[in-house]
Amino acid sequence: MPDPTLNSYLVLSAVLFAIGTAGVFLRRNIITILLSIEVMLNAVNLTFVAVDRYRGAVDGQIIVFFVMTVAAAEAAVGLAIVIALFRHKETLSPDAYTSLKW
Amino acid sequence: METFFFWSFAAIAVTASVLVVGQRNPMYSVLLLILSFGALSGLYVLLRAPFVAAIQIIIYAGAIMVLFLFVVMLLNAPTETPPGEQPRRIGGAGPRRFGAVLSALLGIQLFWAISHIAQAPLPGDERGAPGVDVIGLRLFREYALAFEATTVLILVAMVGAIILARRER
Repeated sequence: MPDPTLNSYLVLSAVLFAIGTAGVFLRRNIITILLSIEVMLNAVNLTFVAVDRYRGAVDGQIIVFFVMTVAAAEAAVGLAIVIALFRHKETLSPDAYTSLKW
Repeated sequence: METFFFWSFAAIAVTASVLVVGQRNPMYSVLLLILSFGALSGLYVLLRAPFVAAIQIIIYAGAIMVLFLFVVMLLNAPTETPPGEQPRRIGGAGPRRFGAVLSALLGIQLFWAISHIAQAPLPGDERGAPGVDVIGLRLFREYALAFEATTVLILVAMVGAIILARRER
């Protein structure tokens, strides 16, 4: 196995990001779609930290800190919306949420 | 040794993420995602970022995933409804597969692009990685405004979550 370089980390991050996007398209469960978004956010975080290590800087790590804060806010609001929608429609399938469609 | 850990953590992260996406039961998805976050935390340790590794475990695996797990258990709707019983399909199987093909294409493109740039070996340990103290100083000096903005963001998210999830009277 070759030694990990910056490229290895970037490729790993790209693979994780693609898995996350595939999850958003494939799954028919709104909670799993939110989880796929978390996978994508984490893939980008990995890129930030890897490039940080390459440059010997800490700015990427600080941005990762902010990304995590935003992810926590997004999860809280997103899950609150999921609870409200589930109470209304009795399903988690995003196909059923058509109230804004005219 | 580091090489071994990198490849094992990478394998765990990718496998767990694939299973997260391939799972029908959101309960298993959440638990597998926690595993994936643990592997990513190991990668952050390899990248000499112990602070990020710690907050990855505490905030992501500890707080956000518990929130997800709580909602999955609260709603008690474990599996996806079978395709036949869909109420009104917006995206049928066709657009869904097209989307999956597009994301595979995105992955292949990124893979191709990254493997065609020059290999950039990571610096050794002789220069010394910046510690948590450096992060703290930067965070509270140059990024102080952004830090304060996140406090407002969290407050707004808290109020918003309560208002959205409140039962209508």
